[in-house]
Amino acid sequence: MDELTSVYIQESREQLAEMEAGLLRLEQNPDDHDNINGIFRAAHTIKGGAGVVECSFIVTFTHLVENLLDSLRNGDIAVSAPLATLLLECCDHMGSLVDVLAAQLPEPADDAMARGNALTVRLKDILHTDKGQKTAANGATASGASLTVHDEVGEVESSGGGVVNTDSWHISVRFGRDVLRGGMDPLSFIRYLGSLGEIIGIETIADAIPAAAEMDPESCYLGFEIRLQTKASKADIENVFNFVSDECELRILPPHSNVADYIRLIKELPEDSMRLGEMLVRSGALTQTEVDQGLLTQHVSAATAQVSDQPLPPLGEILVENKVVHKELVEAAIAKQTQVGEKKAHDAQLVRVHADKLDQLIDLVGELVIAGASANLLAQKSKNGDLAEATSVLSRLVESIRDSALQLRMVQIGDTFTRFNRVVRDVSKDLGKEIELVISGAETELDKTVVEKIGDPLMHLVRNSLDHGIEPVAVRLERGKPACGRVSLNAFHDSGIIVIQVSDDGGGLNRERIRAKAIERELIQPGDTLTDKEMINLIFEPGFSTVEKVSNLSGRGVGMDVVRRNIQSLRGTVEVTSSEGQGSTFTIRLPLTLAIIDGFLVGIEKASYVIPLDSVVECIEHKNLTGDRNFLNLRGEALPFVRLREMFETEGEVPARESIVVVQFAGHRAGIVVDQLMGEFQTVIKPLGRMFANLRGIGGSTILGSGEVALILDVAALVKIVTRKEEERLLPNKNATSFSSLASTSSALQSGR
Amino acid sequence: MPSSQLLSLTEDLTIYHALEQKNSLLDALANADELELDLLQVSEIDTAGLQLLLLLKKEAQRAGKRISIVAHSQSVRNVIDFCNLAAELGDPLLIPAAEAS
Repeated sequence: MDELTSVYIQESREQLAEMEAGLLRLEQNPDDHDNINGIFRAAHTIKGGAGVVECSFIVTFTHLVENLLDSLRNGDIAVSAPLATLLLECCDHMGSLVDVLAAQLPEPADDAMARGNALTVRLKDILHTDKGQKTAANGATASGASLTVHDEVGEVESSGGGVVNTDSWHISVRFGRDVLRGGMDPLSFIRYLGSLGEIIGIETIADAIPAAAEMDPESCYLGFEIRLQTKASKADIENVFNFVSDECELRILPPHSNVADYIRLIKELPEDSMRLGEMLVRSGALTQTEVDQGLLTQHVSAATAQVSDQPLPPLGEILVENKVVHKELVEAAIAKQTQVGEKKAHDAQLVRVHADKLDQLIDLVGELVIAGASANLLAQKSKNGDLAEATSVLSRLVESIRDSALQLRMVQIGDTFTRFNRVVRDVSKDLGKEIELVISGAETELDKTVVEKIGDPLMHLVRNSLDHGIEPVAVRLERGKPACGRVSLNAFHDSGIIVIQVSDDGGGLNRERIRAKAIERELIQPGDTLTDKEMINLIFEPGFSTVEKVSNLSGRGVGMDVVRRNIQSLRGTVEVTSSEGQGSTFTIRLPLTLAIIDGFLVGIEKASYVIPLDSVVECIEHKNLTGDRNFLNLRGEALPFVRLREMFETEGEVPARESIVVVQFAGHRAGIVVDQLMGEFQTVIKPLGRMFANLRGIGGSTILGSGEVALILDVAALVKIVTRKEEERLLPNKNATSFSSLASTSSALQSGR
Repeated sequence: MPSSQLLSLTEDLTIYHALEQKNSLLDALANADELELDLLQVSEIDTAGLQLLLLLKKEAQRAGKRISIVAHSQSVRNVIDFCNLAAELGDPLLIPAAEAS
């Protein structure tokens, strides 16, 4: 895929997100004109870009959407709920069309085609009724009015970026005196021209209007300089003016014409060359320098004596001095340009960087941290005071660099949150409930990879709140709550971790039902006493669902345990608090970044390994263990363990004293037998190469201050390996399907193997 | 004595009325040093109407008078925007970039 297309795809997705957000706002504030303009611009930019990358199926469909939005903008159609729904569907469809382009398919698949056609019919229906009304009201003059009007085009193209203006046609047209008498309106020709492609710049030339006495109001004196971006041929453009071909002067310059051609055009035209030059600059056909140079000869004869011996002042200045244009006119134009310029400058504050480059930078910073650590070590050994001081300054700087490099990967969680506006809207409609979404802390930042992966679990929690949390309207009113339910998303930082909360003001969790269900599923024994917190957090256990009626929203056989597992794979935790009748709050805690963790360093022979510190529960002495048994009795509980020495087949003598690191993952505990415990260590995680993708039990690598490589243990995989191995060894005939493999291990033990 | 006059147009600015409108507009301009045009009720404007506005503007400049359009109807604004004449006919209040941003 060429670069232009990939930039287009990325930008379209952003525009689509903007459009969707705008459409959602539209329902709440149907009269917000700025908002409608924003939606229109988004659709327009998508269409314009599609034309540039020559993706006709997007152009065709988006054109219809744009027409509808234009009628909306002009107040020809009123905003209504079905219309907003239709537009949202169109927005989705445009998204899938962009996906088609991204997949480099020549055209959408049949089902997408069918959906597109259905939407097209509906769009045309609405547009058609609208057009009919207009025609009835305004008579014959309505023909031009229902066509799309491209007034803000110039600005959109320049601020949207990516779309270049230089590859457009230049059309210069002077209408004959009798065009109006012939019953034709030049404006409608130019509007029609807009249907061939995009009019990206237009200048009206009114110089031919004579003094009032001679001016015949029924004669046409106007001309236009038009920049048109289109795939149409020259003949197509000429055809637009077919009706008036005898009565107008038409000059068409194809894209990428030479500057000389433009200069010739300027000279051929009857108007003052200076003014035309400025017009061309303003419509984007030429740059100022090109015109200055091209008109140099013209300029000497045209300019008055007072400026001819000075260096060339800007064109606008001469124009004012020569009274060609009036000052207020230039100022208004400049004011407009400045505004466009400021908007551009604002956009330029963002730099788009490929994620790979960023990863590479983080990688290098990791190396820097490691190299810095070893330099520090050497400096301290050398007992050279100056050197030690220099390296300590260095390492402080390195730390700052590390922090800001990690900051680069941070993105605001807001975008993820706003996606849920749509979900809440659609789901509440489906369920027949009234629900509003309240978002706070949208500016909270966290690592990009975390943001990407948190989407699914969050979606599940939000749907769960919508479906099971918020009660039906009747029940809410009965309980004295407002009819409109409320789901809120909140995010904030809390001592190095990020906290995301999904809360609702619904019915809350029913303890008794949870208890009954847990007993039924044999998660707890009838006699067990659990704290309130333990009780409600049982909902995260596998196979747990208290709702008898399974809806198509959240009860899709995927339980809360999947949510918990997803979050745990991000090294995060999730828990729930709830008060009955008042609502529930799900709290997710996540580390800010995946690139650096606190590790626990252990050693076997000379090799070092890192265990993520969060998963370490305790360390115990390892003694008097018989060789073939891979579990021990830890305060009355069976603890399976693995000897890293065996697992990694390390050669050498087993030292007299070994230690066991007890780790925990997802409620399962296991022991890891190591030679030495070496303490905590800030670990920069480096992914392993593709060669090692299938390696189980190793999560990555890191480099120690001494330059040695240490492998990072994947605790989740290790625990699984250990527990499964024990299970298979002890219970060869039983499938490992029970809730807790640990429990089955211990019961097998009791039965005396 | 500088006199300012407000003229509200109620008819469409189209070819059908162009002749009479030219005269009435020029008369209005001749009788005032400063002319304010209210186009809020102009529901239709075409090339002929646009031309008239441009002519009026030119005449005013030639005579050293001021003419300003104080209110635009939606369709007038659309045409002015479309033809990129906001600098000439927008009369500072209505520059499309300001509205769009």
